[in-house]
Amino acid sequence: MSLRSHADPDYQRPLTRLIDAAAGPLELRGYEAEGGYGALRKAVRELTPADVQTIVKDSNLRGRGGAGFPTGVKWGLMPMGPDAGAKYVLGNADEMEPGTFKDRLLMEQAPHQLIEAMCVAGYGLQATAGYIFLRGEYVDAAARLNHALAEARAEGYVGRNVLGSPWSFELYVHTGAGRYICGEETALINSLEGRRAIPRARPPYPQIAGAWGRPTVVNNVETLANVPHIVQNGAQWFRDLGADRSSDGGTKLYGCSGRVVRPGCWELPIGTTAREILEDHAGGMRNGRPPKAWLPGGASTDFLLAQHLDLAMDYATIGNAGSRLGTGLMTVVADDQSMVAACRNLEEFFARESCGFCTPCRDGLPWTVKILREFEAGRGTRADLELLHKFTQWLGPGRTFCLHAPGAMEPLQSALKYFRAEFEAGLAPAG
Amino acid sequence: MATIYIEGKPFEVDPGDNLLKAVLGLGVDLPYFCWHPALDSVGACRQCAVKVYRDEHDTQGRIVMACMTAAADGTRLSVQDDEAREFREAIIAFLMTNHPHDCPVCEEGGQCHLQDMTVMTGHHKRGYHFTKRTHLNQELGPFIAHEMNRCIACYRCVRYYNDYAGGTDFGVFGSAAQVYFGREQSGTLDNVFAGNLTEVCPTGVFTDKTHSESYVRKWDMQFAPSICVGCAVGCNISPGERYGEVRRIENRYHGTINGYFLCDRGRFGYGYVNRADRPRKPMVRESGIFATIGVSDAVTRTRALLAGGAEVFGIGSPRASVESNATLRMLVGAERFSSGMARADAKATARVLEVMREGPVGAASLRDIDEADAVLVLGEDVLATAPRVALAIRQAARGKAIDMTRALHVPVWQAASAADIAQREHNPVFVATPQPTGIDDVAAQVLRLMPEDVAAFGFAVAHALDAAAPAPVDLPADLASAAAEVAAALKQARRPVIVSGTGTGFVAVVEAAANVAWALHRETPATRLALAVAEANSLGVALLEGQALEDLLGRIGGREAIVVVLENEPERRVSRALLDSALVQARLVVLDHQMTAIAARADVVLPAATFAEGDGTLVNMEGRAQRYFQNFDPAYYDRTIATVEGWRWLDRLRGGDAATENLDEIIAECERALPQLAGLASAAPGADFRIRGMRLARAPHRQSGRTAARADVMVHEPRATQDVDTPFNFSMEGYAGVGAYDRPPELLPFAWSPGWNSPQAWNKFQAEVGGSLRGGDPGVHVVHPGSARRAYFAAPQGAGTAGLRLVALYEHFGSEELTSRADPIRARRPASYVALGGVDAARVGAHAGATVRVAWEGGECVTTVRLRADLPAGAVGLPRGIDGVPPFDAGTACRVTVEG
Repeated sequence: MSLRSHADPDYQRPLTRLIDAAAGPLELRGYEAEGGYGALRKAVRELTPADVQTIVKDSNLRGRGGAGFPTGVKWGLMPMGPDAGAKYVLGNADEMEPGTFKDRLLMEQAPHQLIEAMCVAGYGLQATAGYIFLRGEYVDAAARLNHALAEARAEGYVGRNVLGSPWSFELYVHTGAGRYICGEETALINSLEGRRAIPRARPPYPQIAGAWGRPTVVNNVETLANVPHIVQNGAQWFRDLGADRSSDGGTKLYGCSGRVVRPGCWELPIGTTAREILEDHAGGMRNGRPPKAWLPGGASTDFLLAQHLDLAMDYATIGNAGSRLGTGLMTVVADDQSMVAACRNLEEFFARESCGFCTPCRDGLPWTVKILREFEAGRGTRADLELLHKFTQWLGPGRTFCLHAPGAMEPLQSALKYFRAEFEAGLAPAG
Repeated sequence: MATIYIEGKPFEVDPGDNLLKAVLGLGVDLPYFCWHPALDSVGACRQCAVKVYRDEHDTQGRIVMACMTAAADGTRLSVQDDEAREFREAIIAFLMTNHPHDCPVCEEGGQCHLQDMTVMTGHHKRGYHFTKRTHLNQELGPFIAHEMNRCIACYRCVRYYNDYAGGTDFGVFGSAAQVYFGREQSGTLDNVFAGNLTEVCPTGVFTDKTHSESYVRKWDMQFAPSICVGCAVGCNISPGERYGEVRRIENRYHGTINGYFLCDRGRFGYGYVNRADRPRKPMVRESGIFATIGVSDAVTRTRALLAGGAEVFGIGSPRASVESNATLRMLVGAERFSSGMARADAKATARVLEVMREGPVGAASLRDIDEADAVLVLGEDVLATAPRVALAIRQAARGKAIDMTRALHVPVWQAASAADIAQREHNPVFVATPQPTGIDDVAAQVLRLMPEDVAAFGFAVAHALDAAAPAPVDLPADLASAAAEVAAALKQARRPVIVSGTGTGFVAVVEAAANVAWALHRETPATRLALAVAEANSLGVALLEGQALEDLLGRIGGREAIVVVLENEPERRVSRALLDSALVQARLVVLDHQMTAIAARADVVLPAATFAEGDGTLVNMEGRAQRYFQNFDPAYYDRTIATVEGWRWLDRLRGGDAATENLDEIIAECERALPQLAGLASAAPGADFRIRGMRLARAPHRQSGRTAARADVMVHEPRATQDVDTPFNFSMEGYAGVGAYDRPPELLPFAWSPGWNSPQAWNKFQAEVGGSLRGGDPGVHVVHPGSARRAYFAAPQGAGTAGLRLVALYEHFGSEELTSRADPIRARRPASYVALGGVDAARVGAHAGATVRVAWEGGECVTTVRLRADLPAGAVGLPRGIDGVPPFDAGTACRVTVEG
């Protein structure tokens, strides 16, 4: 995987500007030479933690992990002040959303950017320690992050009295054991604590009682990577990025996979259209087959149709179309591919990755898979087709403990809505 | 109070509760699985879905889980909403995808919460037509069977066993639809509260192996409200009988004692009732061998023996009822009556009674301990001597989570959140004992001290709390600073409990505990004192002020005498030599339900009833008199069986008329003759109690096969035994209603309510779910704290002597007399051993497993060495009650020599 150049060289790519896949990630000195750790110096020496929080809040940065929650609001719930005790900032690097590989790019190719981001966020939140919770399979990322972390520690960016300030911040890279649910922030916390990776009830939110019962903020890697640039360049600079395309502000790592010519990942202004991503960056569909459906941002988003390709890829626009921006890495299905098979494949993933804690998810997803297999084999029944519809309610939001099963139902419910005929084609012949 | 609206109707509920608990408390049926009154909410099963509405104009509403939603003022909800009902049925359908539907061969069938909830949701048609996943089961030891295929993954087992009971050898493994609840590999569950899994599990994953031995459905058993005789806690139990055998014991809910949980000794230790070698007919020794005789013949001959001129002595028993002991005392006279306790035990128990009556501090109930915010344990190994107390202390420690959770404005019933917030924070529990206790893992500080030093430490704590309390002499500096620390923590507490007991055999330990409690009580009136005594009715017999066993034996002194022994095996209490010399010319009349050593050499054996075949009252360590009711009449099945209560035999020996005697009259006579027993009668309603003119049924109304129960003997069905002692019938006939408002809580034989066949039915009998039973928790206190503050006990003079001394150890399985006679308990019982600390073992040249001779004045034993690194120096630990370990006085100097 490599970053592909963009047709328009004028727009800013703060997150990937320094990435040169051929040369590999920058060492500390190279990173510093490009202004690296400038944001941390600025924050620690010139800004109060409250200043950092205000800048992030004003930037309107929204969580890049999929939910799009405003980062500044999330941070604002963190108890501050001298009596707050141990607090943690966690980097959610458990990137396991199918079709998503943006954080991997950032960690493998710009590890220092994430280290700095953790430190700046840690300073803004006055965290006592940070953890990068890394997907276990990201072996290269682990090696590069640990190398960068060692360099940063040696340089005084991490550890006791960061840059000579009274603030101390320890940072760790923790590799997970490869469970999708660890991407859910409270399951991630449980896993980090050494417990079973099952989500926690909210409230209490992690900012009140997170890791080891202490106030904790969990942010996605891409979200965090924006923080140093926002602190360095200001909230307005960030909001102006891509202002012509979306009110969300900033850039976004978009990607495309599936039946496309050049699968990949690109940093583009937020609000770039899906068609531009598919046609300009991914080189269009392979073998000239037209696209039939596409997932905007991972397996847990609703399918959209070819007619939606001209929509801007931002939170509100995709939401209004009946799906979610999710991670922003599209998966495209060609017209000769089976939606039933696509759903079966997705649901197998979700059924396997269920943590097993709540009933509808644990027992409903395997049932869903078994029904889909029947339809795939042409042995479906009307009763089961109705059950699939029911499952999209019973495994929906509010019915399950967390959003794993509702996420699993998103592609299924949209496929049933748009492609019911394909499911009906899987019914067993009458008699 | 908060007002919530269910289907538009207003109800008053506690806003601190969740909606599920509130709704159940109102008597509304709402199905649930993962929630449990003692385990609170985690939101795993999604079964208790209801619809809530923003306001009266909201017609849309949204589905929420009742267990995870606060019963906030103004909440509007619908249980009956179609969408909610459809979803609840769907949850059952999901749970059933892998459930084997093996109800006909499942031992949970008929008492299964899953069955009940399935029926409640109306799910009756299977939409799932695929294969089911299967699991391999594990061998979990002699008590509990494991059938994982029935599992619905409610997570209750792991939450109970690991979180509530502190188990470490159990867990949940795997993920997704393969989650597995069990041990890492097959093996005996080592937590002694594991048996509660059989009731916590809402279906048939964990079932009672002892019940399985001769299985019978719940509806085909006969029950009675009963009291466990396995220790002095007095847990309420519900024994189930069929064909003249106890088939299992289940918890009988008591809001201030055992709540929902028993220990394994109490649950699985009933097998002695069913032993084939029990004396079941009167026997007299003729020409050296026993001859069976009839009841009236036995009474006549024994009365003649008693009237023969020789002085008559009575040896009572702390494991026999108040009524039996009191009747024996009336038979032989106060001056010739022994409590049946060895001197050290009698002295310590009498001191406990004195502390409870004269001191200002009330006795702690288990609920008091559960809710304590600081606990000091002095000397007592409660896990072995009063096991359920240990489980309560664990809850006290965990209670810190409640305060921490409340401080963050998170509902305290969110169990997982509370655990996440508290992490390893506990309320302070301090343990100062000679031996490891099983609650050391939740203790803020553990001190391993010789009993004298435990006492000295306690005196120091009391002195630190109140300078007027005597200070111990020559307390080592490290103990003094520990005492100051403990005193400071206790002072901070709002609801401290001091736990001690007679287990060490040192009266000073009890006195130290009393001083601490009294000192604390000056500032903290909510202070409570829990003093464990040795046996189920130790306190009840102590009320009768009998002499110690050694003293009575000394008075008999080898003379010709008649000695009536009531449900006691003195060989377990005093040395064989003393017994033999005292009784050399005595003629023995033994009343017991076990063929004890003394019964084997008796002149007359009168078969006494166990708790299952008789009625009586026991006084627990709290001073609470509790009635146990006869479970079944063995003579119904075999007319030759003549077991009746000890008090009934003794009353007949006193000249009572068998035709008219009954429990109420005996109790009335006891109360008249012995003022200290005032209140005994009010422990439960008398035999003339009726509901709507009816007696109460002992058996579920669905009981089947009664007419055929004796068909193998005779095809005619005999008339059911007429119960003159209680308001119960020996059958399913009579009042079976559960309108608990008119049924006194003392008279609940088993948990059942329409639609609720499992132990979850207790919800239907509680004033508030998980709280006290409607009408008040059973039992009546016959021991009350004094009103004025009494003087502190004086500190013992001088430290203990140097050198090796005997320390009494206790085993959860094996130290208790009766349960040790039950098969599955025997399987868990250790062989005899002597425990030595590393330094002492090295000094005597013994390694682990070495055979040594332990000798002391008046006794010795040859046994195997166990090394226990944390035993205090000088301690030679011998387990009480284990075969091969003769009775001994704790603190006696001894020698240990390596054999061979």
